[in-house]
Amino acid sequence: MSATTGSRGWDMPADLDKDPAPIPDPATTPVPEALRREIEAHMALYPDTRSAALPALQAAQRLHGWCSPEAIEQVACVMGVTPASLDAVVTFYDMLETEPVGEHSVYVCTNISCSLRGADELYATLRAAADGDETFNVRAFECLGACDIAPMASVDGVYVGPLTVADVPMLLDDVRAGRDVLPDKQLVKRRCADAEANG
Amino acid sequence: MSDKLLFKDIDEPGLNTLAVYERRGGYESLRRTLQMTPEEVLNELEASNLRGRGGAGFQMGKKVSFLPHGSIEKYLVCNADESEPGTFKDRELMQKTPHMLIEGIVIASYAAGASRSFIYIRGEYAQQADILDAALAEARAAGYIGERILGSGHSLSLLVHRGAGAYICGEETGLLDSLEGKRGNPRLKPPFPANQGLYQGPTLINNVETLSTVPTIVRMGGAEYARLGTEQSTGTKLVSVSGHVRRPGNYEIELGIPSREIIYGLAGGPPAGREVKCWFPGGSSAPVLTAEDLDVPYDFESLAKAGSMLGSGAIIVVDDSTPILDVALKTAKFYRHESCGKCTPCREGTNWTVHMLERIDRGEATPMDLEIMASVQDHIIGHCLCVLGDAMAMPIGSMIAKFRPELEAHIEARRLSPPEPAGAIA
Repeated sequence: MSATTGSRGWDMPADLDKDPAPIPDPATTPVPEALRREIEAHMALYPDTRSAALPALQAAQRLHGWCSPEAIEQVACVMGVTPASLDAVVTFYDMLETEPVGEHSVYVCTNISCSLRGADELYATLRAAADGDETFNVRAFECLGACDIAPMASVDGVYVGPLTVADVPMLLDDVRAGRDVLPDKQLVKRRCADAEANG
Repeated sequence: MSDKLLFKDIDEPGLNTLAVYERRGGYESLRRTLQMTPEEVLNELEASNLRGRGGAGFQMGKKVSFLPHGSIEKYLVCNADESEPGTFKDRELMQKTPHMLIEGIVIASYAAGASRSFIYIRGEYAQQADILDAALAEARAAGYIGERILGSGHSLSLLVHRGAGAYICGEETGLLDSLEGKRGNPRLKPPFPANQGLYQGPTLINNVETLSTVPTIVRMGGAEYARLGTEQSTGTKLVSVSGHVRRPGNYEIELGIPSREIIYGLAGGPPAGREVKCWFPGGSSAPVLTAEDLDVPYDFESLAKAGSMLGSGAIIVVDDSTPILDVALKTAKFYRHESCGKCTPCREGTNWTVHMLERIDRGEATPMDLEIMASVQDHIIGHCLCVLGDAMAMPIGSMIAKFRPELEAHIEARRLSPPEPAGAIA
C-alpha cells in the first residue's frame, strides 16, 4: 500500500480473490510497548473496549505522525479488531490524518463567521508562508467554535485570534522556536464579552 | 436583567478549580439533590420547563422522564461536540467553569438513575478537554464522582471522551456511534436514545449548557426558574454572536428580549456605515432572517413563528458588504463536507447545491437554476435519517426566497462578464 492519497482504495480496483485482512496476530505484529499500554488503558475505561478506537488511533497518530497502515495495524492488534474497521474510522474524522503530514498542525477556520472577517486571506497567507516547510500541516478547517476571535487558527491545539496577515510570520516563528504561540492572542486568556457578566 | 446565572462569576480567577468553585457555592446544589428523591429532582426539572440548549429545544425534564425505570444500567451522555457554525458558548462554560457542568451531570444522573456518564467533547477543543480532565480528577478526589457519592446511595462514573473532527457527531445518534468507536453515522429513529442509546442501553443525552443550568434550577427551584424568560422559553440563554458585529462574543440573555437588543445593544451591531443584511438566529442551520426581523423576540416560539429557529443560540450577522452568494456557498460547502454520506438526498443534495452555486459564480447559470436549486432543497427536507441535509436546505432555501432579486442580478452580471477561467492566458 502506498502512503499517498488514493491508498485507501477508492480509486483502485479491488482484488476480489484476496482474503480480507484478518485481525493482526500479536505474535507477529510488533507494537511499541508504551503505545500498547496506552491503548489498553483506554480500553479498560469503557464497558465495550471498541469505544477506545478514537483515543487509540489518536495515540497511534501521536507516535507515528499519521494513521499509517502500520499504525492502524498496531491499534488493530491491541484492540483485537480488523484493520479495515479502523480504516473506516480513520477516513471519517478530519483530525485523523490519512497521509504523512507535518508535525505542527495549523487549522485555520474558514467557516462563515471567520470568512466574514478575513479568514480566506489569512489561510492563503499562512499556506504561502509555510510553503516548503515540511514541519507544518496548514489546513483549512470547518468551524472551530471560536467565532468570537475570528479570524482564528488552532496551532497544535492552541486557539489564537483574532489574527491578521501581519501575525503570520510571528506565528510560524513561535512554532519553529518551540515558544508559546502568540501569547497575547490566546483564547484562554480572554475575558467573557458580556460586560454584565461577573457581577 | 442584571442577574446572570451561568456567567455570574465566569471570569473569577481559578473558577475552574474545585476550591474557588466551592467558595462560590459550588456543589451545594448536589448536596441538596442527594437529600431529595430522584422524583423530586425530576419534578423541579419539569417545573423549570428548561428546553435543551443544543439546538432542538426539547424539554429536558420530559427527556429524563422518558428513560425507563428500574435497575437496568442507564447512561448519561453530555453532548460537548459543539460544532454548529457560529456556536461557541459551551466552550466558554467548559473552559471557565467545568465544575458547574460536572455538578449538573451528577444531579441529572441522579434524577435519571444513570450510573455511567460520558462527556463527548469535540477533538478540536483540546484545551477545554484538558481543563475538564483536571476538574474531573478533583471532583473524583472530593467524592463528587465515583462510588456512593457523598455517602449517598448514588454512584456515577464520568469519562471525558474526545472526538476527532466531525460535525455529524453533534447529532445525538451519530455521537453515540462515534462513542462506540465507529464512524459517526446517525441511526434510524425510533428507537430513540432514551430507550436504546449507548450500547443499546437507555441513554439521556443533553447539551453542555443544558446540564450546566441544572445546578441553578435545583438552587432556585424549578418554578422560580420558570418565572424568567417567556412561558414557552424559560430562563436565560447563552447567545454566541459573531460575524459582522463590533463586539462578537458570548452573552447571557433572558429569553424573549428583542433580537435587536442582542445584535445592536450587546454586540454593537455592524461596523460604521454598514447595515444588517441578514442574520442566522440559531447557527448556520437556521433559515436566515433580515433587517426587518430584528425586533422579533429572541425565544424559541417567536423565532419559529418568524420562519426560523433559535437552534443553538448562535447569531451570525452578515452586513451589506457581502454578496448573499458568498454566504450561500460557504454554508453549502460546509454541509457537503460534513455529510456522512449515508442518505442519498443529503449526500447528493449538498454536493449539487454547491455545484449549482459555483455555476452562478462562473457565469454559467440561468435564473431557472434558482428554481431547480430550490426544488433540490425541498427534496432533502424530511427525507434523511438525520437533519444534516435539512440544515443546509433550510438556510439555502431561505436565501433563495429572500434574496432572489440579488441572486438573479448576480447570475446576470456573471453571465455578461464571466470570471476568467483559472489558468487562462491573459
